[in-house]
Amino acid sequence: MTVETKTGVRELTFAQALREALHEEMQRDDRIFVIGEDVGAWGGVFRVTEGIYDKFGPERAVDTPISEEGFTGLAVGAAMTGLHPVVEIMFGDFITLAMEQIVNQAAKMRYMSGGQAEVPITVRATIGAGRSSGGQHSQSLHAWFAHIPGLKVVVPATPYDAKGLLKTALRDQNPVMFFEDKLMYAKVKGEVPEQEYTIPFGKADIKRPGKDVTIVALSRMVHAALAAAEKLAEEGIQAEVIDPRTLTPLDRDTLIQSVIKTQRAVIVDMGYHDFGATAELAATIMNGAFDYIDAPIERLGATQVPIPFSPPLEMSTIPDEEKIIAAVKRTLAGRGA
Amino acid sequence: MTDNPQLIEMYRKMLLIRRFEEAIFDLYRDGKMPGLAHLYAGEEAVAVGSCAALNPDDYITSTHRGHGHILAKGGQPDRMMAEVCGRVDGYCRGKGGEMHIADFTLGILGANGIVGGGLGIATGAAFTAKVRKTGQVSVGFFGEGGINQGIFYEELNMAAAWKLPVIYVCENNQYGEYTPWRKVTAGEDITERARAMGAAGVRVDGNDVLAVYQVTREAAERARQGEGPSLIECLTYRYTGHHVGEPGKGYRSDAEIEEWRRRDPIPRFEKYMLEKGIASGTDIEEIQENVAQEISEAVDFALNAPYPELSELTKHVYVE
Repeated sequence: MTVETKTGVRELTFAQALREALHEEMQRDDRIFVIGEDVGAWGGVFRVTEGIYDKFGPERAVDTPISEEGFTGLAVGAAMTGLHPVVEIMFGDFITLAMEQIVNQAAKMRYMSGGQAEVPITVRATIGAGRSSGGQHSQSLHAWFAHIPGLKVVVPATPYDAKGLLKTALRDQNPVMFFEDKLMYAKVKGEVPEQEYTIPFGKADIKRPGKDVTIVALSRMVHAALAAAEKLAEEGIQAEVIDPRTLTPLDRDTLIQSVIKTQRAVIVDMGYHDFGATAELAATIMNGAFDYIDAPIERLGATQVPIPFSPPLEMSTIPDEEKIIAAVKRTLAGRGA
Repeated sequence: MTDNPQLIEMYRKMLLIRRFEEAIFDLYRDGKMPGLAHLYAGEEAVAVGSCAALNPDDYITSTHRGHGHILAKGGQPDRMMAEVCGRVDGYCRGKGGEMHIADFTLGILGANGIVGGGLGIATGAAFTAKVRKTGQVSVGFFGEGGINQGIFYEELNMAAAWKLPVIYVCENNQYGEYTPWRKVTAGEDITERARAMGAAGVRVDGNDVLAVYQVTREAAERARQGEGPSLIECLTYRYTGHHVGEPGKGYRSDAEIEEWRRRDPIPRFEKYMLEKGIASGTDIEEIQENVAQEISEAVDFALNAPYPELSELTKHVYVE
């Protein structure tokens, strides 16, 4: 379901954009195959791999047993011997079962072999709370992987970025962890050009320019930040919204330059607050823009509790537009949290 | 099935492994190598018998006790020894160490420091071979300690369900570190676990190089014909401790060690070759001298090789 907006540009959902990237790259490169639970004949529980099985056959859309460590390990071996697997971890929480293969095998194989191994594996996993799915289907664990050398970590927020970054992942000879907020698949729509494009890793995107405060946001939180910026503009506060798009590699310079200009920063992520991605981003800004900062850097992340089931409890754990606005106002008042 | 040069080469490889491990023992004792060393002495027939049944382009993954597998698959003793000593001329430029030696040009997809850690890689290599129809097979070596890791069952299940050309070679050296395997392992016969999934499962005397060769050859033929995976349990024994510096006693009786030494795979095969007229006493002496020379040169190469420059530190984290 696409809507023509203008020549060569359509509006796609987040899931459609990802699907298009997979189809195009699989057409281009016969090393690429998708593997995971229900990714083949069923088309994936979030429909991202829809159509691949019919178009490319069962060897390139591999339905697995419910064996996350097993099929991730198999994919690492396939990557080391010439294929390019795209592993789908249906709920990102299940990645705990595959940590050994990702952290000890995929991430380290090149280094430990003195540069012999190439492990071109892309692991797609979901993040994001807000569906009343309970504590084991709602976590946002992307920061864990940014802690590990040897992995690249991608956290797209828009259909345009999702498609361009996934295509880049599928042309990268390194392990790439690609995190998709499951609430964005159908709900987030955006313009995507029909013509070929890719987006390089390590290049932040200024989603909205502004001069008064910098809001750095990841994945779905970019949309909350943009909504907050819209409201703040009504009060005459011009927020600059920056989306790093990839945590590894990280475009530190764009963050630093923005805060040198605005002198205030609010950092927003759906991952846990303590020791989370926001801490590294804040430290980056502290080191690079210390002389310019006029207020303590604000960090917003998930509350340190297992994600609860009951909607009011669950929603309270997630940073949102109101919390972002409040944080911005604290920085403008020159006070910390 | 095998001609005399092949048999003589199997003997030479076993001896090469034994002398390689003895040289590492000395290096460790003399404080000339960093880290730990996990020696393969006693288990040579497993690596040599199984690798002799493979083609040069077949894959293997190895374990923390992996020197034997790598030598058996064709690894060079000098570059291996340099890696053990942390030198830049080692297989992994000194960054991997003795538990992580790899030579991708020989199909050696790395030794692995995680028990069972190479089984996913071995199965994935078999997946590639099947999809690409290359006719290659893949061997995942692991110890009996790895037989109780979850990943073994996950990989075996997929390999059996999808008829992947992979052979799981379990070296049962009787102890997972310091714990006798019987104490922590259910059932009388672990090969039943493979048969339960519709894979072949066979137990073999792991100190009989020809027996190991024979069962691996059969498993490789099955694999290449699309009949799926096999589990081979090789009964064997490590002579030294879990690592050098740990004497291997206290949890193992002298009588038990003595009993296994009587079944040493190398003199046993030497006797076989002499009896069958495959090699003469002079031939064997010549092999022994050549192997001693090769190991001596490997040690010299390793100790004379430089350590990596610090500029090497951040290279090879990513493919640029």
